Amino acid sequence: MLKVVGADSLDDLFSSIPEDCRHKPNLHLPEPLTEWELNDFMAELSDTIAVSPQYSMFVGAGSYEHHIPATVSSLAGRSELVTSYTPYQPEISQGTLQGIYEYQTLAARLLGMEVANASLYDGASALAEALLMSIRITRRKKVAISSLIHPLYRRVVKTYLGPAGFELVELPYLANGRTDISKLGAINDLAAVAVQSPNFFGCIEDLQAIGKKAHEKEALSVTAFTEALAYGLLKNPGSQGSDIGCGEGQSLGIPQSFGGPGLGMFAGKMKYVRKMPGRLVGQTVDMDGKRGFVLTLATREQHIRRAKATSNICTNNSLCALTAAMYMASVGHTGIRELAGLNHDKCEYLKKGLEKAGFKITFDSPTFNEFVVKFPVGFETAYERLLEKKIVAGLSLATYYPELSDHYLLCVTETKTKEDMDELIKELGNY
Amino acid sequence: MKETLGTTGLILDEPLLWEKGKKGRCGFSLPRRDVVASPLDTELTGDGPDFPDLSEVDVVRHYTRLSTWNFGIDTGMYPLGSCTMKYNPKINERQANLPGFAGAHPLAPPSLQQGALQLMSELEQYLAEITGMDAVTLQPAAGAHGELTGMQIIRSYHKSKGSSRSKIIVPDTAHGTNPASAALCGFHPLPVKSNEQGVLSLDAVVEVMDEDTAGIMVTNPNTLGLFEENIKKIAEAVHSKGGLVYGDGANMNAVMGIVRMGDIGIDLMHLNLHKTFSTPHGGGGPGSGPVCVKSHLEPFLPVPRVIKRKNQFLLSEDFPDSIGKMQAFYGNFGVMVRAYSYILSMGHKNLRKASRLSVLNANYVKEMLKGSLHLAYDRPCMHECVFSDRFQKEQKISTLEMAKRLMDYGFHPPTIYFPLVVHGAIMVEPTETESKEEIDLFIDALKSIVNEAKEAPELLRQAPKKCKAKKMDETAAARHPRLAG
Repeated sequence: MLKVVGADSLDDLFSSIPEDCRHKPNLHLPEPLTEWELNDFMAELSDTIAVSPQYSMFVGAGSYEHHIPATVSSLAGRSELVTSYTPYQPEISQGTLQGIYEYQTLAARLLGMEVANASLYDGASALAEALLMSIRITRRKKVAISSLIHPLYRRVVKTYLGPAGFELVELPYLANGRTDISKLGAINDLAAVAVQSPNFFGCIEDLQAIGKKAHEKEALSVTAFTEALAYGLLKNPGSQGSDIGCGEGQSLGIPQSFGGPGLGMFAGKMKYVRKMPGRLVGQTVDMDGKRGFVLTLATREQHIRRAKATSNICTNNSLCALTAAMYMASVGHTGIRELAGLNHDKCEYLKKGLEKAGFKITFDSPTFNEFVVKFPVGFETAYERLLEKKIVAGLSLATYYPELSDHYLLCVTETKTKEDMDELIKELGNY
Repeated sequence: MKETLGTTGLILDEPLLWEKGKKGRCGFSLPRRDVVASPLDTELTGDGPDFPDLSEVDVVRHYTRLSTWNFGIDTGMYPLGSCTMKYNPKINERQANLPGFAGAHPLAPPSLQQGALQLMSELEQYLAEITGMDAVTLQPAAGAHGELTGMQIIRSYHKSKGSSRSKIIVPDTAHGTNPASAALCGFHPLPVKSNEQGVLSLDAVVEVMDEDTAGIMVTNPNTLGLFEENIKKIAEAVHSKGGLVYGDGANMNAVMGIVRMGDIGIDLMHLNLHKTFSTPHGGGGPGSGPVCVKSHLEPFLPVPRVIKRKNQFLLSEDFPDSIGKMQAFYGNFGVMVRAYSYILSMGHKNLRKASRLSVLNANYVKEMLKGSLHLAYDRPCMHECVFSDRFQKEQKISTLEMAKRLMDYGFHPPTIYFPLVVHGAIMVEPTETESKEEIDLFIDALKSIVNEAKEAPELLRQAPKKCKAKKMDETAAARHPRLAG
């Protein structure tokens, strides 16, 4: 090969790199490991991380522990799906393309929307993109967002919107754990009103009332979510008048994986499709008139439109979207209803049990699979002792809502048994 | 057409999910109901999403059939230029699926997460060493997300100096994400042309660089597969006007252990772990786009950052000048595990070797094909080379038709019609993981397609013939969008 290219050595191939640009010494990296050494080392690292079932985790807050069927893991690991690139050549990418078209359809049905895109990075960036889209549609520069949207999502929104000079107005929350929209009337020139439901406290928002208020102000109604499974049970955003539904799809068969990769879900109305960010797969026919699928409406995207694109996104979270479709197909209409119901009912069991044990449930609005509870002052030491018993008793809200010190956000999914919850109640009762 | 890899097997048709199944089926083992029902107010509940009800076998056959319609790097050579479709070692998948990594909750107390934080901290160090940079964030989810992070850092840097600059220089060979990321951050992208040699000249940059220009975005090696040989002088010129130099690391696969961008004037850059560091692309993602910076930009990196205090790894928010957060949590950790595992199994020697072989393979393809296809820039290339359809103009055969015909021979087509500066571009990146035999088959296939263009052009116009689908009507798809069933 060297002879063909007219070089005497591999070094000759790099003659176009000026001498003073070359790195001479060896990179300071560890010596290569064999497969077996690597396996041992990685297992050791992985073993230091506390996970279920050794630990009983009652933490959600944007990352949820759900059962993942063996079929989903196995199918999502099929190498033709895993090792392909973005389906720019449809004739040899029909697997990915039909799979993503099905994902778009199921995602749209879950959220009650007309069209879903092929995925964004995560729930937080999906919300930021939704707000940018609202700004493009309305040509206004201000958005109102609920203070009960996941605090970390709000920070991502701030990072995305700040430098471009857009204004964020935060809506306070009510004593019942829902967003206070009473001041909305006084805010003018809003591009969007964004809430999360179930919100960060687990409470289900009155999406219809919020949507109505947003539309009165000629703003878009944006509904974010961190727990996609909730819409197996709850009224979906589309049916409640939301214009954009966006959020995190990790609950749909995707491992928690320390927070990523997740799945940025994004759905909206057909009339706004040309303003939407991200890839879209559409149905068409091939030369023989047979049904097939292609990437479409690419003129919105960066590789065609460059600086004028609707978003800069290129690589998205396609395999996670496909995984979510596999999961939604596996549970089906019948299953998702039952599963979501089970999440709610189990969570109610813990909520009532804690109440009976004398703890105060802070907000009385209905919740899905998370809720806020007030523990006694100085609970931090008890929390640490519970950790030793391999119980993680929720997430402290003190960092995110300083006014809620001693308050904890607890989550119960279908993975928790009655015994797990009884034990938590018993242990908490001991402190 | 002589004997080739491309053939047809028994490919089974498969309807859409909702065209299958029967009410009441479920492919999911529903957990035991061990608590009483506690119905929600019916005001709040809906009818549940209109999903099909399918059995486990329905679902398994569905996706197994779909997967056979896909071409992946495990199927065959995938010489997609600038995408670095190298083989993705299976061992890395194994590591990412270990229960601790796959099951870690991002908000559990740090004392329960030490292994995950150690992995992130060490990966940051390795990437800093490979790029010659001082600090790294792993938070961006993909290359374009890294670019956006980089643009935010540049904006914050200038702001900290009390200035707000409105423009940024972006060469005409750049990926579309570069101007899009710059614009998203409020910068006006300023295009500059590459010279006759296919690289940026110092003069072209000096001409546009002024005190209202925040810096320059440079892909090096560039998308023509050429090393930007004037980079040091360009960086000096940009720095002298107070600007910063951003490196798009999409093409890092050419220079691991050979050039460190931090040593040649680049202030910050992103890497694509799903390219250079062999994590699979998943049909479009997830990826990971870490951003590496020199020390003067470290204060602006996204939070939280992994730090070590008293032998404990922690996540710290205590960086007041940070641009903020780009994702809810810490980035695509699952992708980081694979890249970390790749670096550990390669070591410095093999990373350098990988780059050297990727460059050898690309130059070999270039030499072997330059008589058959027009070579845009006839000079030594790095890890990819760019041809065009100029020789086929006479037969009225286009790049697209040659690309489609390659599928019949059993290869994924190269990147086509990019970079924009080469009309009808065919951009080939063989990567280091293809053997000479495989590359020779690819070369033979392209040569015989070039012959077919002369002797039987209809074969190209009708291509592909052997795939699951024939040529698709993309115009109809865009004109009457059907985006959900």
